Amino acid sequence: MSSSGAALVTVRNLRKDYGSGEGLVRAVDGVNLEIARGEALAVMGPSGCGKTTLLHLMGGINRVSSGELWLDGKRVDGLPERALARIRRREVGFVFQAFYLMDELTAQENVELPALLAGRSSGEARQRARQLLDQVGLADRAGHLPSALSGGQRQRVAIARALVNEPHLLLADEPTGNLDTNATLDVLRLFGKLHESGLTLVIVTHDERIAATADRLIMMRDGAFVDEAMLSGGTRGDLGGLRGFGGEG
Amino acid sequence: MTGNSPGWGRLLLLWRLASGDVRRHLVESVMVFVVIAAAAATLTVSLALSGVTNNPYQQTRMATAGPDVIADVGGGGPAPVGGQASGSAGGSPPSVIASLVGAPGVTAHSGPYPYVYSTVRFGGHRVDVVAEGRDEALSPVDQPKLTHGAWLRPGGVVVEAGFADALGVRVGDRVTVGDTDLRVAGIAVTAAVPSYPSSMCHLACGMAVPQDMGLVWVTRSAASNLGVNATTSYLLNLKLKDPAQALAFAADNGRMPAPGSAPVLLYAWQSIRGADGALVQIEQVALQFGGWLLGLLALAGLAVLVGRRMTEQTRRVGLLKAVGATPATVAVVLLAEHLVIGAAAGAAGLLAGWLLAPLLTGTGSGLLGGPGALSIGSSTIIVVAVVALGVPAVSSFIPALRASRTSTSSGLADEPRVPPRRPRLLALSARLPVPVLLAIRQLARRPRRALLNGVSIMVTVTGIVAILASYGYTHPSGGGGGIVNLRISRLDELMSIITIMLAVLAGVNTTFIAWATAADARFSSALERALGASGRQVTSGLCIAAVLPAIPAALAGLPLGVEVYHLLVKAQSLATPPVWQFAAVFCVTLLIVAGLTALPSLAAARRPPAEVLQTA
Repeated sequence: MSSSGAALVTVRNLRKDYGSGEGLVRAVDGVNLEIARGEALAVMGPSGCGKTTLLHLMGGINRVSSGELWLDGKRVDGLPERALARIRRREVGFVFQAFYLMDELTAQENVELPALLAGRSSGEARQRARQLLDQVGLADRAGHLPSALSGGQRQRVAIARALVNEPHLLLADEPTGNLDTNATLDVLRLFGKLHESGLTLVIVTHDERIAATADRLIMMRDGAFVDEAMLSGGTRGDLGGLRGFGGEG
Repeated sequence: MTGNSPGWGRLLLLWRLASGDVRRHLVESVMVFVVIAAAAATLTVSLALSGVTNNPYQQTRMATAGPDVIADVGGGGPAPVGGQASGSAGGSPPSVIASLVGAPGVTAHSGPYPYVYSTVRFGGHRVDVVAEGRDEALSPVDQPKLTHGAWLRPGGVVVEAGFADALGVRVGDRVTVGDTDLRVAGIAVTAAVPSYPSSMCHLACGMAVPQDMGLVWVTRSAASNLGVNATTSYLLNLKLKDPAQALAFAADNGRMPAPGSAPVLLYAWQSIRGADGALVQIEQVALQFGGWLLGLLALAGLAVLVGRRMTEQTRRVGLLKAVGATPATVAVVLLAEHLVIGAAAGAAGLLAGWLLAPLLTGTGSGLLGGPGALSIGSSTIIVVAVVALGVPAVSSFIPALRASRTSTSSGLADEPRVPPRRPRLLALSARLPVPVLLAIRQLARRPRRALLNGVSIMVTVTGIVAILASYGYTHPSGGGGGIVNLRISRLDELMSIITIMLAVLAGVNTTFIAWATAADARFSSALERALGASGRQVTSGLCIAAVLPAIPAALAGLPLGVEVYHLLVKAQSLATPPVWQFAAVFCVTLLIVAGLTALPSLAAARRPPAEVLQTA
């Protein structure tokens, strides 16, 4: 059995359980999904429905209990930790709601970190980090510590960090959950550009306005998909028009 | 102060908070208690041993009509091979003896008795001895008190009790003194010469290595036969009108060898008493050394434990402040718990030390009677209290002060403390392989913990090297003729106990530091893994972070151990352990540190990063 040739991510009957016996909690319950290359997918649902767990499983930072997970034509659910680490370095970028920046590192050093972990030279990592900080509009904040940056700026640093190793898949967990409206717009514009460049995006969110910017929306409840909708943006669309934000689109 | 006064209220609050925290961290609290109690008990025993031999020496002195001053004329040690003999070879006693006997203050004397350096062979052992020629009649001054058998008779030998015990001879056994076969007529104690294995200069001066010499009494004729081809010197026992003036008499009348005249070395009874106490004194030094090292280790371990616990108490501090506690109250609350544990552990250590001390106060069979009841003096209590309260106070003070200065809002929000930023180290680490990069950044995040880890390892290596040096010093190759040496065997037992205590405590410290480091690095390690670092890289990074400060610490501990040993025993000759022992201590230390650190790191690496990040 193999994944569909065009899909970057294929998920088959995926389950994730916590605990056992009477205390068993099924966080993800038999999910099936295909994500095409360059697609922007939004996942919505109430708190605790399993959307973040699904994201973590797709990114290889949590282990599946059963089912199949294919990434770029390779089955990855049974890979050892070392191989998963290689995938996280090369194939996947993460953006977290709480940013998860290293407090003692500057914005530049935070962005360099995955590049150094991937074995790039310090010069190469520095150059790539500068380039990305410039792209996210933070070239002048490169030497600042996270504590000296606003929430929106921190999230843009986190996005730059996620992109430093040029992944195929960007996984974003409530990327605007801690941001105000203006910062949310900045981040969404950034995602728009990344989508235009052909990057595959999976965005977990509570916010319908964020979800509306994707090509496709999946609704989750109790660990399972309950609804799916194709949105106006389309696979090669403009990631919605930022409608609902009062933005100019 | 009444039960309703504000003072009682504060005490009650302190008690509730401290006891509640102890209950929540019972294992850690028990560990703190045990560590401080062990250091306190060791120090108590060492301090209680002071002067325990005084009583047995006085009893022996009374029973043997012990001399106040012993004159060694023409002695000063065996002649070096091929060297000039310092005494007279079988000749008549030097004329200086008459002037000593007639010196002001001398009321009685015995001797001069000739003595020679010889050997005793028995049961396959060959041991160096001093053979003193005595009369068959009883002597008015220094008449050895028989514990077994009878006094000298022709063809017989009387063996000093401590030496007889070590050699394993009994009355009736046949021993070979020099080339003469003699029967053991009796076993006796004396106050004129320190009991085996203690020795004074007149029995061991000039020896290249410290070598314990036995003492046997033979008849004068036997001594002169033994001394035909050897150096003969004389011992003269003097009684003074005022025995308390013995030290002054010895200082006034002794004289160093001058060309053409016999040396006269005088020893006061107080000096012999001191030499008899060496058996216990060396144990005392070893225990003091071990006690202070254990105290230092306790300090390093406790500092990490307290620091870690303080970081867990950020919200508690915020809550205390929110309900009106001042920074001083917060600091006192945080300090009080550890001080109470320290006080309880100190008291337990004192009690344990008092109970254990009698096991180590045996003075050997060379003296009569026992040391009597041991008393724990006020100075002992003060020293133990300083250690028991000082260790938790010093280790808790800075974390408590820092916690008390935390703002209420950030305390309530449980905001983590931002680690210090070290730009040069960060820049340097970017050029290094991933595990080293992670290690350097981990060290930069927690420099104080790295320092404490280093101190703990340095203290342990210092202790182990000092013990190795002491072993090399007390076990010279070929020394002692292979017989049981009470001092060395007891010292070996003590050193083994101290080594085990040091190793266990250092292992506990390293494990605790490793667990604390892995716990603190939980989030950053999970994030590094989410960003692409493998579990092996993260584990290697944590191990390297533990080993890096251990390298200079272990290197510093090697020479420090030798120096500390020489400082403690005031050894004249250097006893440096061989290079392979240094290398073994260094390598094994680093391996143990790496191994103990790898366990919690591997356990942490087994958890998926997502689980850790979700609970952060």
